[in-house]
Amino acid sequence: MATSLTREKLVEMYRKMFEIRSFEEKVFELYAQNLVPGTIHLYGGEEAVAVGVCSNLRKADYITSTHRGHGHCIAKGAETKRIMAEILGKQTGYCKGKGGSMHIADFSVGMLGATAVVGAGIPIAMGAGLSIKLRGTDQVVACFFGDGASNQGTFHEAINMAAIWELPVIFVCENNLYAMGTRQSVVMLIENIADRAVAYGISGVAVDGNDVLAVYEAARKAVERARKGEGPTLIECKTYRHKGHSRIDPAKYRSKEEVEEWLRKDPIRRFKERLLHTNVITEAEIQQIEKEILTEIEEAVKFAMESSYPAPKEALEDVYT
Amino acid sequence: MRKVTYRDALTEALREEMRRDSTVFLLGEDIGKYWEGAFKVTKGLAKEFGDERVRDTPISESAIIGAAVGAAITGMRPVAEIMFGDLTSLAMDQIANQAAKICYMFGGQVKVPLVIRTPFGAGVNIAAHHSQSLEAWFMHVPGLLVAVPSTPYDAKGLLKTAIRGNNPVFFCEHKLLYPLEGEIPEDEYTIPFGVADVKREGSDVTVVATLYMVHKALDAAEELEAGGVSVEVVDPRTLVPLDKQAIIKSVEKTGKIVIVSEDCKTAGVSAEIAAVVAEEAIDYLDAPIKRVAEPDTPIPFSPPLEQHVIPNEKTIVNAVKEIV
Repeated sequence: MATSLTREKLVEMYRKMFEIRSFEEKVFELYAQNLVPGTIHLYGGEEAVAVGVCSNLRKADYITSTHRGHGHCIAKGAETKRIMAEILGKQTGYCKGKGGSMHIADFSVGMLGATAVVGAGIPIAMGAGLSIKLRGTDQVVACFFGDGASNQGTFHEAINMAAIWELPVIFVCENNLYAMGTRQSVVMLIENIADRAVAYGISGVAVDGNDVLAVYEAARKAVERARKGEGPTLIECKTYRHKGHSRIDPAKYRSKEEVEEWLRKDPIRRFKERLLHTNVITEAEIQQIEKEILTEIEEAVKFAMESSYPAPKEALEDVYT
Repeated sequence: MRKVTYRDALTEALREEMRRDSTVFLLGEDIGKYWEGAFKVTKGLAKEFGDERVRDTPISESAIIGAAVGAAITGMRPVAEIMFGDLTSLAMDQIANQAAKICYMFGGQVKVPLVIRTPFGAGVNIAAHHSQSLEAWFMHVPGLLVAVPSTPYDAKGLLKTAIRGNNPVFFCEHKLLYPLEGEIPEDEYTIPFGVADVKREGSDVTVVATLYMVHKALDAAEELEAGGVSVEVVDPRTLVPLDKQAIIKSVEKTGKIVIVSEDCKTAGVSAEIAAVVAEEAIDYLDAPIKRVAEPDTPIPFSPPLEQHVIPNEKTIVNAVKEIV
């Protein structure tokens, strides 16, 4: 395999990707049983992005996330049981049931939270980068957002600021081709969002977002630059969500052929085949990992289901600290 | 005690807190060494603390507040300046959806210690985009604290408290107050939020006012005193939290209340205070609640037009006379 990554690291990356996929499939299953209040935005299909980027990060590094954020949380090291509890609105969830699927945060692992306002996390990530610069640490921030967010003014304002101040931020655009139901070509003339980096005088790169090693490599270079004080990078990861935008969306605006084409490019299957092909891992080891993950997810569901709802009066707490 | 301007009192608060705590830093448009703030509140600070901690930004209000939010949740204490209060509309998502909600939405995991300073107010002929009083917008967002200092003493003490606190503070200044002089102590002091100040004691009628209107109310009180009417002027100093008890206590004494606010009347600051009095102190009232506020129009440019919409000494006197 043409990579300097250790076997241990590669296996861990596969484990994380499979963990995200299994988690999301379980969330979808629970939703179908009407056990999930509100809405959900599943990350299935985009796992290579979160894992490829976060595999370059340390615990002290930060990420910001979006409404489609479960995968980012898991990739940064948050516990599946507490994410699941939050999604079900339970007291044991990361936000004590106040945030839900679209607002998970785990500050103990540098996950600065998911914002459900499209593009709103971009300036916040930039601010965390400013904080790092002022405090003089060698942390970095990875800021996840979608193709839709790249049309918000916050994208322009925040990347420009990060550029002029050379902040240690990696702007990661998860281009899954659709902003809700609106295809990218309807809302921008360019094909590569990464090209916008030119306007800010920073490096921009478009990668196959379904190839975890390609994402890893692009992020590795960006993180290295950021840690050295050489400023931000815009990485565009071309990917695809397997399900619709949210739980009510059958995604009929996508052709069957297009969906099938992308399913053939499934990042997990591709990575698995590659690992097997290059003898990094055996089929038996894969099965063992998958079994362990599925057990973990079952335990997460059990934990979440058995947890209590918050007491109603807790609605009045935490408005101020 | 010594005399300083409202502007200098604010600068002193910033300087003292920056000296005390290295995590405090300032960011905003033209606040640095070249311009030192559109209203000169950051005068001398870039020279003392450097460009990193007194940071000139691009004209990007949303990213200014976003930067402050991101810095606040990762260990810093940013003080962001928005050059005119009207321009906070450009940063409304970051203020109202992010800064205000992050602590709650994430279950109290993180504090958001940031201050947004901005001047409101009409009276200098700069029309509809630079003259509004929008305090009520921010009162309507749970998670924000809202300060409205009317004197140099209050400005300094409240700003220091705001910077030291762990909640996002929307700190309203008033552009006509910057040159106003007043006394402040030689020694360090802070003023707690949620504690009103009786700016003038009286027995016949309570006038509640904030920011520049406190001074108009005091002028009106002076004139009314000559006519034998004793006016008590109560300045809430912070709108969130609001010192309801101080207002109610005054109304209990006087039995009458006039609420003066420079913002539009509909759903404004005066509406909220009137509702508090109606809900919690109606038994003390001997007359209807009166409100003096701007009519529901944008702020016009031409001096006679602008002066027509801003509450003044005369409109306050007239309102008091209607109920005493």
